[in-house]
Amino acid sequence: MLRRRIIPCLDVSGGRVVKGVEFVNLRDCGEPVDAALRYAAQGADELCWLNITAGDESWHGLLTQVEEAAIRLDVPLIVGGGVTRELQVRELLLAGADKVSVNSAALARPQLVADCADRHGSQCIVVAIDARRCGDRWEAVAGGGRRATGRDAVAWAVEAVRHGAGELLVTSMDADGTQAGYALELYERLLDAVDVPIIASGGASGPNAIADVLSVGVSAALAATIFHDGLHTVEEVKSACRDRKLPIR
Amino acid sequence: MAGVTIVDYGGGNVRSLRAALERCGAEVDVSADPKRLATSERLMLAGQGAAGSAMRALRETGLAEAIRSAAARSVPLLGVCVGLQLLFDHSEEDDSACLGLIPGQVVRLAGAARLPHLGWNDVEQIRAHPLAVDLPAVAYFAHSYAVIAAGAAGLAQTTVDDASFVSLVASGSVAGAQFHPERSAQAGRDLLQRFLAWDGA
Repeated sequence: MLRRRIIPCLDVSGGRVVKGVEFVNLRDCGEPVDAALRYAAQGADELCWLNITAGDESWHGLLTQVEEAAIRLDVPLIVGGGVTRELQVRELLLAGADKVSVNSAALARPQLVADCADRHGSQCIVVAIDARRCGDRWEAVAGGGRRATGRDAVAWAVEAVRHGAGELLVTSMDADGTQAGYALELYERLLDAVDVPIIASGGASGPNAIADVLSVGVSAALAATIFHDGLHTVEEVKSACRDRKLPIR
Repeated sequence: MAGVTIVDYGGGNVRSLRAALERCGAEVDVSADPKRLATSERLMLAGQGAAGSAMRALRETGLAEAIRSAAARSVPLLGVCVGLQLLFDHSEEDDSACLGLIPGQVVRLAGAARLPHLGWNDVEQIRAHPLAVDLPAVAYFAHSYAVIAAGAAGLAQTTVDDASFVSLVASGSVAGAQFHPERSAQAGRDLLQRFLAWDGA
């Protein structure tokens, strides 16, 4: 049986792991390669590495660090953040990333998703969507949570899949870093709308919140704060999920 | 310890595979040179990407022919993910003719609720073989296409929702894993170690 995945997320800025609340007030949480290996040793099913300071000057440093992590890990690695061109996707895959996530650039130019999926296969192209609640719907937000797009997040998810996205990494921004629990209704709507795997992100308050969102039917749950702060280990989360009869590795 | 040549046709996961083999103690070289393949004692065909572009690259570089002659010399060969799919006759993905080293067809996985089939799933033994001894195991998959039946070549199978497919195959000295051993923790190490010790029979 296909297992649900628990994915610790490393938000990386200036070569260090950082964590913010609702995408601001960043604080230092250590060295990313060490953190990735530590979480893998705890039983993480996959790691997510989000480069949150996008810029050409840091690109080479990012590739070097990703390569080091990829060589030492024996579980899969998603890398994203600031990816705007197909060439960058190729460079990250060659550096050893198993999947690459694209966000704002895909919103601005959905053809990027198609180009990457055609060349590398849908299974390694993740479209990341930052969604903010707006009345009774969710709006897709670009630019690391700073730029409203007016686009309906679920409609954008459908379009991204049509362009070849093999997986969606959807962050509920209202919940991100607040540990208030995942936005379950958003994921229910997404699960009805698309037939690719969905990774839920934003609002992991603890093992039970993660079990809640996995019970809705998402394929994976991503969490950062509870792991970085040492509040819970990956194994504690998995144990809580097993108690809820979820298929867990 | 065994030496392995990873066939480099521009796929993405060559480095991770190399690192995984090195963790198992293998001496690894990565080559896009058909002449190198002619003297290799052990080959791996990595896999990331689509069957059509992979086969095009293998044909244009002469690597396809070099792989076929290595197989004819009974050199142990392990294909991973798309690398497994390329061993068969034909893939529905991009309607591609493949290497034809194992009889069978690669098709889009019908019956899975969500595709790609991404994540950790069971690898269950079909028959005994030197590469299929640490089973059942849980391994990492990332694919939308698969071989549904491989006849006598099928060593292990995997089920997702209403779909079952062959996740480990071997025919003579030619073998393949649909999962990614370089990303499958213990299950991956077990397979790579078995492959490094395998004489191809």
